[in-house]
Amino acid sequence: MNRIDRMFSQIRKGKEAALIPFITTGDPDIATTEKLILEMARQGADLIELGLPFSDPLADGPTIQASSQRALRHNINARDLFGMVRKVRKKTDIPLVLMGYYNPLLQYGLSAFAEDAAASGLDGTIIPDLPMEEAGKWIAAVKTRGLDNILLVAPNTSADRVRKIARVTQGFLYYVSVTGITGARAELPAELYQGLNAIKQLTKKPVAVGFGISMPNQISRLAVVTDGIIVGSAIIKLIEAHTIKEGDDLRAGPDLVKKVGEFVGELKEATKKGG
Amino acid sequence: MNKSPNQKNTKSPDNSGHFGPYGGRFVPETLMPAITELDSAYRKARRDTGFKRDLDHILKHYVGRPTPLYEAKGLQKAVSQGIRVFLKREDLAHTGAHKINNTIGQVLLAKRMGKTRIIAETGAGQHGVATATAAALMGLKCEVYMGRKDMVRQVMNVFRMELTGAKVIPVLSGTQTLKDAINETIRDWVTNVGDTHYVIGSVVGPHPYPMMVRNFQSVIGRETRRQIRRLAGRLPDVVMACVGGGSNAMGIFYPFIKDPGIRLIGVEAAGKGIGTDLHSATLSVGRPGVLHGAMSYLLQDHWGQIKGAHSLAPGLDYPGVGPEHSIFKDSGKVEYAAVDDEQAFQAFKLLSETDGIIPALESAHAVAYLKELAPSLPPKSIVVVNLSGRGDKDVATVAELIRERADK
Repeated sequence: MNRIDRMFSQIRKGKEAALIPFITTGDPDIATTEKLILEMARQGADLIELGLPFSDPLADGPTIQASSQRALRHNINARDLFGMVRKVRKKTDIPLVLMGYYNPLLQYGLSAFAEDAAASGLDGTIIPDLPMEEAGKWIAAVKTRGLDNILLVAPNTSADRVRKIARVTQGFLYYVSVTGITGARAELPAELYQGLNAIKQLTKKPVAVGFGISMPNQISRLAVVTDGIIVGSAIIKLIEAHTIKEGDDLRAGPDLVKKVGEFVGELKEATKKGG
Repeated sequence: MNKSPNQKNTKSPDNSGHFGPYGGRFVPETLMPAITELDSAYRKARRDTGFKRDLDHILKHYVGRPTPLYEAKGLQKAVSQGIRVFLKREDLAHTGAHKINNTIGQVLLAKRMGKTRIIAETGAGQHGVATATAAALMGLKCEVYMGRKDMVRQVMNVFRMELTGAKVIPVLSGTQTLKDAINETIRDWVTNVGDTHYVIGSVVGPHPYPMMVRNFQSVIGRETRRQIRRLAGRLPDVVMACVGGGSNAMGIFYPFIKDPGIRLIGVEAAGKGIGTDLHSATLSVGRPGVLHGAMSYLLQDHWGQIKGAHSLAPGLDYPGVGPEHSIFKDSGKVEYAAVDDEQAFQAFKLLSETDGIIPALESAHAVAYLKELAPSLPPKSIVVVNLSGRGDKDVATVAELIRERADK
């Protein structure tokens, strides 16, 4: 049983949902990313998604696009991410999953990427532009190395296709809450709860929901129907607000890590209210 | 490439949209139902005589097809004695470029599918204008994404789109040019996938787009075959076209792809030189990778970040290329060359002077390479150049270049 499986089996024993924050590696700099991982883990995050910045993030809204661009100012690449994870892995056992677009993996070399990701202490990958049909080579590369490749389903995915994807996904199934791109939304679609219930009928694997979720009250409602809740843009916005810009230079403000930690703590509390 | 697949009796692309190692469907899960639906609707429409009749009717009476194949005697004299040069006059198609062949086909298909809203990306504005025009013709709502930088460079095309009732949405992200306009259009499509059809403007994107756009554009090559037989009594020795995404080139090459002995030459934009960072010569110096839903040659850095492209011709200013061009490069079926901004500029002036035809700067790249190639061709060679668009949109750019030089 790997870290992700262990985490979800524990979550399912208690009456709560896993809180899964997303941050972009290297936004505003890589030292801050390392501190954020440790602080978010301390505040109750159950799994952390680490974005590998990409020049053309076509599944992302303006908030995460801007975050990627900030990270790319320092030319953050996969090797930097692995190095950082290796360091942080000595201090925490929280499951860490890389979220990145396919081309940077492909250029690194799929086998080498899987090898280095596993060796650094990462637990899995989420690749939003790699649907099941194209994922064969990547899944083969991660399988022997103990990494999970987590697949996504969307509200417009047919039941038949959900079943197929659920069979192939490892770790958990990522349910995209809206037909759309990432980014905080004041209101989640009413069909979301029904949609999640339907998905839960189709698979026994853990299901985590993401895209658009930003507020504790949304989380407490969702915690009843899902195993995990992913929050990205709302956290990125907070990072952005506490980043100091001096000319072309970006650096973390004095309260950045503390403020993000507090927010994550608040979100985690909300995951418990449902049960 | 390790293995080049035997294409003789295999389908290209295969059912999942792969041209050998290229193509495919690298898209967010939310788009999978949409492209699967599009694929099956397109396959059905292709076999439907009603659809074919409607399409042919519009192409003939509205677009003005067939476009002429014209023997450019002036240009012929200027580049080499003893060869014959024919221009396929896509510049004479409605809206001034080959783009309309594809947009009419796709909007007609979208209407059959019950979609009520059309979206498109545009770089120079030619595809945006062609999409807005087709949408106006068929009474569908149309929105076009265009990089803010391109909107400034191509004011006239922005106005043409607005006149035909389209809304032009400025793209402020990334490079603010074509690449980011495509990202933004995909994001719109992911969000409004139920009622919206995305009209991609080239032989790029996830399956079925590269195949579908190729087929709609193949009318160029089919007409050329008929016309050259009539005019010259035989098939040509060389067929040339410029390549950005590669739709006009694919359109004229594809009907000749099985003829042995015909040289097919795609001409990319070398911009300020392929040794610099300012060019769009994707096939000449790029590496395979995944962008905008397909595996193909790309301009990218060591880590797989996509690089900005450059060309004097805005329609070639793209860091990717169609996946089928990638397999044609590997298999050697098509030769790819590149000419720089200066050569294209000179060819633009040349054709204007020799034959009274002002070519688009994109098409001028093909003319420029003809100039290089002509002296090495055997006498009596027959060459067809696809003149993919007219140069009205580029007159201001070229006038400025001429003024700059006069000042020096």
